[in-house]
Amino acid sequence: MLVLEDVHTHYGKIEALHGVSLEVSRGELVSLIGANGAGKTTLLMTVCGSPRASNGRIFLEGREITGDTTANIMRSGMAIVPEGRRVFSGLTVEENLAMGGFFNSKEEIRKSQAHVYELFPRLKEREHQRAGTMSGGEQQMLAIGRALMSKPRILLMDEPSLGLAPLVIKQIFEIIGQLREEGITIFLVEQNAHQALNLADRGYVLETGRIRLHDTGKNLLNNPEVQAAYLGG
Amino acid sequence: MVAQNFGHALFCAMITLIISFPILGFNLEAQGINVTLTGAKTTTIIGVVLASIIVFGFQLFRDAIMGALGTLPRFNPLAGREPMEPSRRVKLESRIITVLVVLFLFWPFMVSRGSVDLATLVLIYIMLALGLNVVVGLAGLLDLGYEAFYAVGAYTFALLSRYFDISFWLALPIGALLAALFGLVLGFPVLRLRGDYLAIVTLGFGEIIRILLNNWTNVTGGPNGIGGIPDPTLFGMEFGRRVKEEGNTSFHETFGIAYSGEHKVIFLYLIALVLAVITAMVIRRLMRMPVGRAWEALREDEIAARSLGLSRTAVKLSAFTIGAFFAGFAGTVFASKQGFISPESFVFLESAIILAIVVLGGMGSQLGVILAAIAVTILPELAREFSEYRMLIFGAAMVLMMVWRPQGLLPMRRIHIKLNRLE
Ligand SMILES: Nc1ncnc2c1ncn2[C@@H]1O[C@H](COP(=O)(O)OP(=O)(O)OP(=O)(O)O)[C@@H](O)[C@H]1O
Ligand SMILES: [Mg+2]
Repeated sequence: MLVLEDVHTHYGKIEALHGVSLEVSRGELVSLIGANGAGKTTLLMTVCGSPRASNGRIFLEGREITGDTTANIMRSGMAIVPEGRRVFSGLTVEENLAMGGFFNSKEEIRKSQAHVYELFPRLKEREHQRAGTMSGGEQQMLAIGRALMSKPRILLMDEPSLGLAPLVIKQIFEIIGQLREEGITIFLVEQNAHQALNLADRGYVLETGRIRLHDTGKNLLNNPEVQAAYLGG
Repeated sequence: MVAQNFGHALFCAMITLIISFPILGFNLEAQGINVTLTGAKTTTIIGVVLASIIVFGFQLFRDAIMGALGTLPRFNPLAGREPMEPSRRVKLESRIITVLVVLFLFWPFMVSRGSVDLATLVLIYIMLALGLNVVVGLAGLLDLGYEAFYAVGAYTFALLSRYFDISFWLALPIGALLAALFGLVLGFPVLRLRGDYLAIVTLGFGEIIRILLNNWTNVTGGPNGIGGIPDPTLFGMEFGRRVKEEGNTSFHETFGIAYSGEHKVIFLYLIALVLAVITAMVIRRLMRMPVGRAWEALREDEIAARSLGLSRTAVKLSAFTIGAFFAGFAGTVFASKQGFISPESFVFLESAIILAIVVLGGMGSQLGVILAAIAVTILPELAREFSEYRMLIFGAAMVLMMVWRPQGLLPMRRIHIKLNRLE
């Protein structure tokens, strides 16, 4: 589904990714964990084409997208829940969702919207509220809902649990599990290693721009190295 | 609180004294070839001292005064009410605009020639402000060089009529399209810029166009400008006393009425009115179309907009191009109205005024922008009696306005997209 081969990414002269290779197969939920500044966001953004990979190749459903424009990549069955939510704060919930389905027909938008409201009844209640006035948890739900509006086959998520209360985090992870059941391929980037690995089929550990470890979710959870570094010993 | 402000107030009063005394307190008088320095009249000195005292008093009780100003919106009759339902609001807004248009339609037949002329100027500013509103209010791109596109429209008509004898009606679309092309050209280099940087580059662009017009003397006439720009014709009928162009007839002869200079002024006014209405309708339409929503998304969050597959290039360029297009429209009408244009007419102050209209009107709101355009154009005229103080009054009015309603006259209530109703 999504394949990265020896991807390097530069910010000016600084190299943030030093040759990352990974793979996410169809229907899988793959988690990527790593400390602050490891390059997790950079990795996701590189997949989206901004910044471009300076070396290496990226494939989406067998098609090379390394040099493609962001607009093209994001219209080819992939969606991202960006770091820090980034909802359109001046727009209402409904309008945010409509923006998510920008390239779809009205009929499709209505269907996806009904589906999102089913997943997040909370959003339905707040349909006409401005996104900027909602709580962090609600905004995160909206960010996920907006990404789902384009009916992606693969969903990238950048720290969806960032800054949320434990109860809300639990809810978000339940939804992520539910999305996997629906057959959406998910590539999840998280600091919240425990929950992310627990849910994942497979996991990667990123350390300063390199993949350090790669195993099934369960094995990584039991790996002493991971426990020491990411699960608080 | 007052005690805390005392030192600061004293300082401000001193500054006022130091600045204003040398400027106002002395007069240079020429006596033959010598210049002598004389003290100003006592009234001026008293004025300066009084001003310092006022500054002192204001700074001393600043918190109380600003606090009182802050409560001003309470006197606003609309403040206490529930916000209007979106659909009703849209209806009301359309109704007000209709009333305005009808009023505008009968205006020229009720008032003097001077007022019609002024009203034409108001309409030109409405077109400009509506166009800039797309760029600044909707797409959130701070463009300080907007007068350049206005100039392109005006000069296109002036030059085409001078060198190729092209009429107003043909020059109108050409001017607008050329301005749009310039908008596109400017759009490319600033695609990656935002906020302050974008403002500076567009400011530079505005200056480049003006300086180019000023120095390309053998084509544009440089600072001398271009005169003899023809008036628009109505189906080949001219509005002058005598027909200038071969094959044309004259308006007053065709209708068998006495010649009057007013016909031409009113006709031009009506053209401006029609164009302003077209501008408002087209932009209103665009706002509801996907491109309008894309502008808003880009303004709200560029990264999020791009993550949804919107192309930054297309969205930004479309905003610049469409904004510039309507500036070109306005420029052509302006050139025709004045009959003479020079780079003087397209200085940065123009951009600043148009931007002030957009901000005062409440970014993004069309009705607000229209009302602000009327106010901003007419206010300095009303204050004409105060001669040199009119810009001062204008400035003071703006400052008060921003304190009273920082969000503008009628902040944009966005037209809600009701998905359930879309079929
Ligand atoms: N726009 C940028 N320009 C220059 N350097 C950047 C830029 N964005 C990120 N970096 C650098 O790249 C490295 C990786 O950053 P990145 O944001 O990908 O980390 P992360 O793993 O997402 O961290 P976090 O968990 O804190 O979000 C960091 O050293 C960061 O300073
Ligand atoms: Mg990150």
